[in-house]
Amino acid sequence: MDAIAMVQGYTALGIGMIIGLGAIGACIGIGIMGSKFLEASARQPELTPMLQGSMFLLAGLIDAAFLIGVGLAMLFAFANPLLSKLAG
Amino acid sequence: MAAEHGRSPTDYIVHHMTHNSVGQGFWTWHVDTLVMSAATAAFVALLLWLGARRASIAAPSGLLGFVEFIYEFVDGKVGEIYHGSSRGFLTALAFTLFTWIVAMNTMDLLPLDLPAFVAGAAGHEHAFWRVLPTADLNGTIAMALVVLFLVIAYAIRAKGLGGYLHEWIAAPFGNHWALWIPNLVLNAVELLAKPVSLGMRLFGNMFAGELLFMLIALLGLVAGEHLSGLLGIGPAAAFLGQVVFGAGWAIFHILIVLLQAYIFMVLPIVYISMAEQHH
Repeated sequence: MDAIAMVQGYTALGIGMIIGLGAIGACIGIGIMGSKFLEASARQPELTPMLQGSMFLLAGLIDAAFLIGVGLAMLFAFANPLLSKLAG
Repeated sequence: MAAEHGRSPTDYIVHHMTHNSVGQGFWTWHVDTLVMSAATAAFVALLLWLGARRASIAAPSGLLGFVEFIYEFVDGKVGEIYHGSSRGFLTALAFTLFTWIVAMNTMDLLPLDLPAFVAGAAGHEHAFWRVLPTADLNGTIAMALVVLFLVIAYAIRAKGLGGYLHEWIAAPFGNHWALWIPNLVLNAVELLAKPVSLGMRLFGNMFAGELLFMLIALLGLVAGEHLSGLLGIGPAAAFLGQVVFGAGWAIFHILIVLLQAYIFMVLPIVYISMAEQHH
């Protein structure tokens, strides 16, 4: 009974850290990229459509690792393999 | 499903996260992924064929204009990135990937309990069916493995088998015998990182989006149950609540769907063009 509570508690902490730290990285990355895009767009407005295409591509790539982390965290939240190992 | 009280929210989510599978262990087939990906591919192919069949310069139809718009977009992108000889094949590849992945990802926007409603009418109310093939890691890694195979095939075609194997031990550090192991390790990591990141990126985005839809559906389910107590409307209210709350997230998710399909289209073209160039 103790072991189950311990595993659940640490798993909850782990989920929070995965999502929180991943979000920090993703948001700072998008912020830096967005600021460079706005700067370049203000400097040369005629390049905006081309830069916007690349910006969306980069946004998807930056979000990738964070969302993989969210997927893993959700797995731990709802179908915790550590817990099933304990029970089984 | 809404009529069963005493089912915890976790049970609801676990039920919706279970695949309809056949077999066990390594040989588990996810029937819902296979059927949904084949069905969306057939639907997209039918739509494009119908659009192209009426191709005439005199009286272009709306569907033809739409197909041509997507084709020009994809062809322009491929032309920007790839400057080799198989332009036609790569445009076809990019077009297939983009339209198929958009079609598969759009399955995410269906209401979550719709398959259960349909199955309930046929009498199988507790069957598992996940409608989103790209939220299954098997689905996305399968596509990424095909891309890996194409990258290797193009590299061998451009450099010859001997040249390609020589490059494995000679690039990027140099052709000294002491550098063979580091070169090999770096090349292996670089080659394997491509399909893994490609598959997992699409999977992560779609799985997280689908899970958020499930959580919103849970909210709708609970709200529906309270409403049914007040007004006596029952399961229909739960379904309605889920649709309304899900609409907000769906609007944001449409952007993610298109963006992830665009990324999955552009990156294989970039990888193939890099595979042909490296010397």
